[in-house]
Amino acid sequence: MITPQTENEVSEFLANTDKSVRIVGGGTRQGLGNYVEPEVKLSTSGLTGITLLEPAALTLVVRAGTPLVEVQEALAAENQQLPFEPMDHTSLLGTQGVSTIGGVVACNISGSRRIQTGACRDSLIGVRFVDGMGTIVKNGGRVMKNVTGYDLVKLMAGSYGTLGVMTELSFKLLPKPEASATITLHGLSDTDGIAALCRALGSPNDVNGAAHLDGKTFIRIEGFKGSIAYRSEALKSLFSELEVTVETNLNNNSKLWKSVGDVDIFAKIKTSIWRLSVKPTKGPEIVEHLHNAGIELEAQYDWGGGLVYLSVADDINIRDYLVEMQGHATLVRGNGGGAAAMPIQNKLVTEIEAGLRAKFDPREVLNKGIMG
Amino acid sequence: MEMPIPNAAVLNKKAHVVRRLSKVLPSGSVISEEHETRAYECDALTAYRCSPMIAVLPENTQQVSDILRICHEEGVPVVPRGSGTSLAGGAMPTADCVILGVAKLNDVLETDYDNRLIRVQSGRTNLSVSGAVEEDDFFYAPDPSSQLACAIAGNIAMNSGGAHCLKYGVTTNNLMGVTMVMMDGEVVEIGGSHLDSAGLDLLGLICGSEGQLGVVTEATLRILHKPVGARPILIAFDENEVAGACVADIIKAGVLPVAMEFMDRLCIETSENFAKAGYPNAEALLIIEVEGSELEIEEQLTKIITIAEKHNPVELRQSNSPEESAKIWLGRKSAFGAIGQISDYMCLDGTIPVSELPYVLRRIGEISKEYGLRVGNVFHAGDGNMHPLILFDANKPGDLELCEKMGAEILRLCVEVGGCLTGEHGVGVEKRDLMFDQYSHADIEAQLNVKDVFDPKWLLNGAKVFPLIATEDRRAA
Ligand SMILES: Cc1cc2nc3c(=O)[nH]c(=O)nc-3n(C[C@H](O)[C@H](O)[C@H](O)COP(=O)(O)OP(=O)(O)OC[C@H]3O[C@@H](n4cnc5c(N)ncnc54)[C@H](O)[C@@H]3O)c2cc1C
Ligand SMILES: Cc1cc2nc3c(=O)[nH]c(=O)nc-3n(C[C@H](O)[C@H](O)[C@H](O)COP(=O)(O)OP(=O)(O)OC[C@H]3O[C@@H](n4cnc5c(N)ncnc54)[C@H](O)[C@@H]3O)c2cc1C
Repeated sequence: MITPQTENEVSEFLANTDKSVRIVGGGTRQGLGNYVEPEVKLSTSGLTGITLLEPAALTLVVRAGTPLVEVQEALAAENQQLPFEPMDHTSLLGTQGVSTIGGVVACNISGSRRIQTGACRDSLIGVRFVDGMGTIVKNGGRVMKNVTGYDLVKLMAGSYGTLGVMTELSFKLLPKPEASATITLHGLSDTDGIAALCRALGSPNDVNGAAHLDGKTFIRIEGFKGSIAYRSEALKSLFSELEVTVETNLNNNSKLWKSVGDVDIFAKIKTSIWRLSVKPTKGPEIVEHLHNAGIELEAQYDWGGGLVYLSVADDINIRDYLVEMQGHATLVRGNGGGAAAMPIQNKLVTEIEAGLRAKFDPREVLNKGIMG
Repeated sequence: MEMPIPNAAVLNKKAHVVRRLSKVLPSGSVISEEHETRAYECDALTAYRCSPMIAVLPENTQQVSDILRICHEEGVPVVPRGSGTSLAGGAMPTADCVILGVAKLNDVLETDYDNRLIRVQSGRTNLSVSGAVEEDDFFYAPDPSSQLACAIAGNIAMNSGGAHCLKYGVTTNNLMGVTMVMMDGEVVEIGGSHLDSAGLDLLGLICGSEGQLGVVTEATLRILHKPVGARPILIAFDENEVAGACVADIIKAGVLPVAMEFMDRLCIETSENFAKAGYPNAEALLIIEVEGSELEIEEQLTKIITIAEKHNPVELRQSNSPEESAKIWLGRKSAFGAIGQISDYMCLDGTIPVSELPYVLRRIGEISKEYGLRVGNVFHAGDGNMHPLILFDANKPGDLELCEKMGAEILRLCVEVGGCLTGEHGVGVEKRDLMFDQYSHADIEAQLNVKDVFDPKWLLNGAKVFPLIATEDRRAA
């Protein structure tokens, strides 16, 4: 393991190596992807610290190896937060360690609020990275509106470290809410639950959490106190024919939504776990389709039905059943019937991606194989 | 404005290319007579003009694919065009190019309220996307001021913003998928009705690529239910700094209005003379709009007023009716037009960190004195996207050049304080030569490498975005 202390050291190392390198952030997820044993591990743990936090501009600039919790604590002190609610999946994956902000960006990790404030990539406004040749590149900056040149910021988010080692990241932030409410609908089937979420999301109530699991359908709103009181009533009246409960305790709500985001319901189950991103109304249809094919499974829906976590027996590759699906499936944990972990894409997209990798990392030293 | 020397070999085969294009397009869709191609000689950056060799107006993705395949085979440069409202010269032709206009591609393909999306052909205008779902109380959030005319195609290419992007984000945050034709005619589907990419975020890369990576023919866009209501408030100050501090305090207090617009004295006075909105006599003015139900509007406005009052505003005007709201917005909405009445002007688009607002406004004032050209400032204060308007006289020899020089200096100032050259209008030809002020050679090279992958022959809009000198070898190859 090498641990560069500066961006220049990362650059020097990459410029002079021909070994295959695996980038390690917090190392909470090193086993995953289409794993190829690296010759060298490069830790980002020397690249830490917040370089700029400007609450009045809703702006954060931070080095990529900084633990996520440190970032979250610093923001909380200003009553602000990362808009995209990154999950902590250590319990789901049974791994240890602390996620780094760079690891979160590399995987474009986004939680329940994704449906309202966007994914990690939407909050990321600037990036510095070192490409596979050791060249230092910056893109974007620290301002929220920037269309100067191509948006490589988005490209780097979710590139799983295959295009470069990210060294510094800038984000736009969100104020922490003064109040929140979770409206819970009881007793709905998956299909009816998702239909209810569609109704809530299609109303003018600024819903920013919409999940269905364990026979309960959860709708979250956040904002100022008066507004929460008003919108809770508005949402309740949408579902007056159902059994509805409302939780307005901020702590309870953050616990509940953390457990949704972290997919706690599957933490103790020892099956394969799949993560699907689909059109929201397709979520329950797919689950029914799998049921009808005789597959035993459990499902958790987030993003109004569009993000589906499935727990399925280890010998089943669910992609075999989803041939016609618009969307994608990632094998998050387990053997998955021997399936590749990362989604499979059409030929032209695969070619473009390979073309981009060949430009950013022509010697194929970075995170080889991880994206397939 | 320097443009590449037209390729003589391309110009010489014009007749041949016209013949080939006519075979794959309906009659009337290939425009090649000089008096007709002139209609495409510029976009909204009217200072620069050049008629294209040919213009084509395809009606579907297949025709776009055929056009691009032919141009690719013949080595003819292509410039995509939506409605031609770019302020950066993004859709400006070269003399040896085919202008590919998507104006006839204007259908709605699918509306899906359950999944909150709409799929449209890319030539559809921004406003008519919202128009298609308005009856059901939905809307498409990004709302550039040009929304009556500009096309979704251009919005995607420029990653356009709007007055309400503080809350709803810009185009890239509301774009779910595209159908795009590559320069060699291959059609690729990226994204769609689901969120986030299966692999690399190509959608994010394409949005804002100024028509250099492919021609977008269809788009899937996020739509939202309209808010119950919205109301603006007008707050005037006798110092720019104080207005800036007020904006900062509002954000720090956790209030996120949908819009926070700033106008300086020149803009206030000019638009007041023109539109008679009854604006106060002040140095700086903020128009802040909040959304929600009546109760939610009150709640947010109360917070904003409490903060504003700490900054001793010279006037704080609330609205008690839709008419009064319209009047508050009237002056702001007429600002560009009003300035246009008194003078020619150039509109800049740099973004700065909001904390630098007072310093930047002061420096712009100094630069203005130095050059002897007046500047009006009107901009989106919440996100630091400035629109300094430099007043000049197009009929006075040398004034345009002076104005451009001054504009460049202001943009460099934006970069210097940690901002950027363009927040929403794009680089086009206008800011092309300033790119090295913001980016190093390595930064630019990384972007050029991306274009190499999508368009190895550099035929698509290749004279834009990057300094010509940086792309010379690639375009020649
Ligand atoms: C293939 C794969 C699939 C995943 N799928 C999911 C999922 O479906 N759902 C989910 O919630 N989480 C998923 N993750 C989880 C993700 O690992 C964590 O949320 C987060 O990345 C943990 O941060 P870390 O610092 O521990 O990262 P690590 O586990 O150390 O690294 C995660 C990945 O990011 C790369 N990386 C880390 N830092 C940098 C950097 N500075 N520059 C460039 N690359 C860097 C690593 O090489 C590695 O590929 C996935 C991760 C991987 C690798
Ligand atoms: C009065 C006025 C007000 C404005 N206000 C705003 C504002 O508030 N916010 C803002 O962001 N902008 C604003 N603009 C700028 C402009 O309207 C936007 O940039 C708009 O998105 C351009 O759209 P268009 O269809 O006119 O594109 P065009 O001008 O035709 O083209 C713009 C770019 O898009 C490319 N392009 C066009 N079609 C395609 C396609 N099918 N595939 C790939 N690339 C394509 C072109 O090559 C060019 O580079 C304003 C302009 C005017 C004149």
